[in-house]
Amino acid sequence: MSEPALSLSGLNKRFGAVVAADNLELEVAAGEIHALIGPNGAGKTTLIAQISGELAPDSGRIRFLGRDITGLAVHERSRAGLGRTYQITSVFKDFNVLNNVILAVMARKGQGFGFVRPARSDPTLRDPAMEILRQMGLEARARDKAGALSHGEQRQLELALALALKPKLLMLDEPMAGMGPEDGQNMVEFLQGLKGDCAMLLVEHDMDAVFALADTISVLDYGRLIASGPPETIRTDEAVRRAYLGTD
Amino acid sequence: MRRRIFPLIGLAVFMMLPPLATWIGEPYLVSTFTRIVIFAIAAVTLDLLIGFGGMVSFGHAAFFGLGAYVSGIIAHHAAEQITLFGLPATDQALIIWPLAILVSAAAALVIGFLSLRTSGVHFIMITLAFAQMLYFLFVSMEKYGGDDGLMMLERNPLPGLDMSDDWSFYYLCLGLLAVVLFILGRLINARFGMVLRSIKQSGPRARSLGISSLAYRLTAFCIAGAGAGLAGALMANHNGFVSPALLHWTLSGDILIMVVLGGIGTLYGPVLGAVIFLALEEFLPLAFEGAGLPGFKEHWRVVFGPLLIVIVLFAKSGLYGFLLGKEAADV
Repeated sequence: MSEPALSLSGLNKRFGAVVAADNLELEVAAGEIHALIGPNGAGKTTLIAQISGELAPDSGRIRFLGRDITGLAVHERSRAGLGRTYQITSVFKDFNVLNNVILAVMARKGQGFGFVRPARSDPTLRDPAMEILRQMGLEARARDKAGALSHGEQRQLELALALALKPKLLMLDEPMAGMGPEDGQNMVEFLQGLKGDCAMLLVEHDMDAVFALADTISVLDYGRLIASGPPETIRTDEAVRRAYLGTD
Repeated sequence: MRRRIFPLIGLAVFMMLPPLATWIGEPYLVSTFTRIVIFAIAAVTLDLLIGFGGMVSFGHAAFFGLGAYVSGIIAHHAAEQITLFGLPATDQALIIWPLAILVSAAAALVIGFLSLRTSGVHFIMITLAFAQMLYFLFVSMEKYGGDDGLMMLERNPLPGLDMSDDWSFYYLCLGLLAVVLFILGRLINARFGMVLRSIKQSGPRARSLGISSLAYRLTAFCIAGAGAGLAGALMANHNGFVSPALLHWTLSGDILIMVVLGGIGTLYGPVLGAVIFLALEEFLPLAFEGAGLPGFKEHWRVVFGPLLIVIVLFAKSGLYGFLLGKEAADV
């Protein structure tokens, strides 16, 4: 068994009386798709914010690829190989689609301090960026402003930005949110194709997608981990049914 | 298309201004044109911060004034033949102007490092506060004239150029404006500029891609400070005089208005803004007098204020955006 991609130990986070993380222990194995489910307000997005470094936990440790990253800043964590997408689409709307990805490629290479040559015509940036757009099927939109894309295309670009970082762990915060059934199905297939390239921590409300993709499912309720295991076990778990899936 | 032509037309017009002034029999106007060009340098560097970096600095006069004082003080030491920090002072432009740029950049490094911990309104206020601190520092420096300022006997000599000739000085300033615009034009399309603009659009997203926003914003702050320092040194030479007024917050406001007027986030817009602002400042009082309303002479801003409001309301990218339409945006 290789080292886990991510491991959280004793993670606590409170906002006044609201408990967002209650002594959380969680491991994401290398290469697996790990789904995080739970009712609204269970602390899923807050947990992603803590792992990515936007929020500091009150206590506990976060280890990434065996390295303690609890004290690192957001940009240091992503440089270490932690990629993420946002629940609310966050792309650079004034840039065209290609420049969005060029920026991400540049960021991965850590080469932002160039002052003379135009970045958009540099083949060492443009070629890998175009390759990612091809992979995402956004090639035809390369010259369009990101703000002019449809919602579904913006979600794809959002993912393209994260993939350009070649992350070791990809955190996806509701990648299918607001997508129609067809786009949603395409996204599921795309993520399936990525399997093995990197580990994924997937927050998603679409249960069909979750059960289709996940190797492991963890269930969060009021900041507590109430169950964790392979999909079959979770589907039949009593506590999960009560808290979330609903008794039928 | 219009994007390519506009700067060329602008350059041609600027080139022709001095002969034009002589031709219409108002040669003193060359001095006004020089002022416009110098303020244009300050305004385009401020737009690097506001329009491309999302940093609304209300203290740009600090770097402008610092550059001016570096020129003034060194020239003063040279004229009085007193050493400065144990070194003999010189009046050579090739030494003084780079020093002015360097001192302003260094001040920007310190002020930026402290100010960039804040954002939004706090950033506006803290940059304003730093500039006012420097203003009062120079007011209290009796050795260098305090409130009254410091006279410069002559312009800093530059080899191969007769600096006392107003035409030569004008074309020198124009050349430097062109150089600054060229550098900024490369900069905003290079990697650095793309990163800077990405931080303006979404700081959290840029950080999540591994970009350390402070390092980039601080670098931009230093570059803008350096440019304003150059403009300040030129202004000291132009006026033959430096005073704390060059650091006053109202001057920061004037430069800010030039940027807004011309077009935030456009490379050439602030040049246009400087032209309009300073032309109105110069000619509106005359226009009031000519219209038989000498009482309004002091209050030219009565017209200027509403004009600014109209432009801000109706032309999002300023006058430059109005002229160029969709082509104005630098994508």
